[in-house]
Amino acid sequence: MKLTPEQKLSPEEIFKNLENYRPRRKGWTWRRPLTEDEAELGAFKYRQVSANLENSIPLPAAKSFGDIDPQPDCVVTSEIASGRFEDDLRRMRMVAWHGADHIMVIRTAGQSHFDGLIEGTPEGIGGVPISRKQVRATRKALDLIEDEVGRPLNFHSYISGVAGPEIAVLFAEEGVNGAHQDPQYNVLYRNVNMYRSFVDAAVAKKLMLAANILQIDGAHNANATAREAWKVMPELLVQHAINCRYSELAGMPRENIALSTVPPTAPPAPAMRIDLPYAVALRQLFKDFKMRAQMNTKYMESCTREVTVTHTLNLLLSRLTSADIQSTITPDEGRNVPWHYNSVHAVNTAKQALAGLDGIKDMVTLNMDGELGQKVRELKERAVLFLEEILEAGGYFAAVDQGFFVDSGYYPERNGDGIKRDPAGGVASDSIVPRDEDYYAPVCHHFGYNNPPHSQDQDLSPCAPIDGCTICRPEKIIYIDELDPEDNSANRLEESRPYRGEALKPEAEWAGDGIVTMTMLLPVPADMAEYGALEMAGRMNLEDVEVINLQKMHPAEGTLVELKARVGFSLNPAEIKIPYKETPLSEDQIRQAVEKRPLTVVAGTVGEDEHSVGMREILDIKHGGLEGFGINCHYLGTSVPVEKLADAAVELDADAILISTIITHNDAHRQSMRKLNQVCQEKGLRDKMILIAGGTQVTNEMARDQGLDRGFGRGTRGLDVASFMIKKMGLVEDNREN
Amino acid sequence: MKREDDYLQRRSSIKELTDEQLEQRFWKLTGQVVNPLFELARDHTSPSIERSVLLRMGYSSLEAKQIVQNCVKYGLLGKGAGHVVLRFAQKKNLPYREAGLILADGREWDRAAAIFGKEGPA
Repeated sequence: MKLTPEQKLSPEEIFKNLENYRPRRKGWTWRRPLTEDEAELGAFKYRQVSANLENSIPLPAAKSFGDIDPQPDCVVTSEIASGRFEDDLRRMRMVAWHGADHIMVIRTAGQSHFDGLIEGTPEGIGGVPISRKQVRATRKALDLIEDEVGRPLNFHSYISGVAGPEIAVLFAEEGVNGAHQDPQYNVLYRNVNMYRSFVDAAVAKKLMLAANILQIDGAHNANATAREAWKVMPELLVQHAINCRYSELAGMPRENIALSTVPPTAPPAPAMRIDLPYAVALRQLFKDFKMRAQMNTKYMESCTREVTVTHTLNLLLSRLTSADIQSTITPDEGRNVPWHYNSVHAVNTAKQALAGLDGIKDMVTLNMDGELGQKVRELKERAVLFLEEILEAGGYFAAVDQGFFVDSGYYPERNGDGIKRDPAGGVASDSIVPRDEDYYAPVCHHFGYNNPPHSQDQDLSPCAPIDGCTICRPEKIIYIDELDPEDNSANRLEESRPYRGEALKPEAEWAGDGIVTMTMLLPVPADMAEYGALEMAGRMNLEDVEVINLQKMHPAEGTLVELKARVGFSLNPAEIKIPYKETPLSEDQIRQAVEKRPLTVVAGTVGEDEHSVGMREILDIKHGGLEGFGINCHYLGTSVPVEKLADAAVELDADAILISTIITHNDAHRQSMRKLNQVCQEKGLRDKMILIAGGTQVTNEMARDQGLDRGFGRGTRGLDVASFMIKKMGLVEDNREN
Repeated sequence: MKREDDYLQRRSSIKELTDEQLEQRFWKLTGQVVNPLFELARDHTSPSIERSVLLRMGYSSLEAKQIVQNCVKYGLLGKGAGHVVLRFAQKKNLPYREAGLILADGREWDRAAAIFGKEGPA
């Protein structure tokens, strides 16, 4: 099975023979940095880029730079989990084409407290139920996608909750490449019993090492939870340290341990002055560990523009310090479960900012002598004092019991609002037991005390008595397909099948969801705008209408309203009329034709229009314009009356008149076109003169309706115009219709 | 607990440390916090850990769940669930996979417990 760019990914194909699918590799993959010699793309030499993709979609502005698509040096994350993982597979393909190589699947609500593995493919809420089938199918799809884009894709989810060790086995068996693992997350945010969390975590971590799974910790959640996120910075250093050291004790090397760090604040706070010292302190204290730069989510509201600016500042911070993994947060996360195109936008925000900041540190240095250095030192001291007090209180468990963590005071300040957990309480309390002297687990990569009967024989693997464990012999894995005959992906795919081929509907997250957005400014105050917009959408026959963003432009003058809604109909793709697209002649064909039969054109902007940039692009030799093909161009300037253009055309014995018109106010563009046709008719020129109009709002249909021969809109090149004229004059053989 | 920011008083013990000494102190204290947690984990097990062992032995998640539930019921978790399965297989002279399926089916637990000197549910 192989993907081709023109073909949609079929989840049904992925599910075929899944019971026998084995991952092609295990472990995390970093990007391959390009050497100085390799890092020349288009007109530029880059300093912080990695190997190019074989298939990708560059940033929109790349068309002005030779379509280059520089890939930053760090791994770029996309978090994807709509609740229906079979629909997420297609989104994974979209983000991979835009530059993501770390696909993080968020778990469904409640999986932390599920005592065991989930099997099958039930629908999730706010995430995806992580099961063997889901993991295996996702890995299989990612294997196909990585072949298509030409870069390894890291697959990531969570090893936490009360089934951490089992999920770690599942991930090690199925080739999951990265995972969140941090027992403190269980304790603080999921109220899992603290003894159980730490006992389970050590086993999970050792299993992660067995498959070289990169670990990301969970400290960033304190930012999202604390009332004033910027005040938990000393504690965050402590939380990172606890999980890092604990992981090392379980056997993980530092290069497999990544810190999940978030800039704690966002504008309108003076964010960089607070976030930068924190970022520097982290990188100094945790030198040999990896940094996963997360983006701020705490202060996200529903304005996607505001969110994108905050995230761009987060990216500036990554470039001023360092990031091994750059996470991305979708700009719509403050509104809804992220949508396909916002996942792509998020990846592009990272790709764009990281490319724009390439090599910035070669020109800008952090000044550690002043305020920055002092603040870094202060943060470290506050963290050391925090650790001292944990020990005075009687250790980690006692400190959690006393509410040390996620207190909104700037430590050693305490506000008494930290999260308190009872060591004897929580989910799965009283569930750990001491390992007896004859405790024995006949498997590899098992953390902790183990007393195999053959323990004297050092050469024998612990799993020898069972003739190999599943990590050594994957054929022993028992694959369960589905447990629930109703709630499964096959049923959902059956329902969505029409919308993946036969019927066309908009799609935000699930095939056939029909979701569209609409943006409008209503010239009234916010309350009236909100309900007025809902009413209008109802009259447009949209269904399930919801306001997703409401922003005052002025208390009385107007309100911006963004709506989401569903369309209740679908189209038959076979009946959609796609206008014929002309294939232009090649540059050589044009030059040869012009050599045989020289061409002359007269050009100018018309009406009261001073916009000449577009016309110059079409004419100028340096922009690949008509002059470059040897066409004789007479540019008469801006705001030229059409009569003057017609007179000049007669005088110069021209073959064509080209007008440019940008202004559409009062239909000025249509009027100018109509008048050009009239004047040429009156002067008896019309039959021998080609009339062409161009402009950002001009379409071919519009120009022809006004009596001209051709209209050209946005993105037109000189080649297109020359090609049209030569075909129109019959200077080359062309049987296609115009 | 509520407390004003007394950082300036508290730091008196560490303010003279060089940056390097301060970082060393940070990691030394972290070690002191973490070591007891590591020892707890080394010497204990849990239902999830034992299910993870059974998964690695080639049992399904559903089978592992049943076996571990009975291990808890019969006070055998501290022996290791995989250990229980292996010893029961020896006793029955069966391949371990087959023996484990008997236990996963909830049968013959008294016999399994007896191997470890336990009589009936704990």
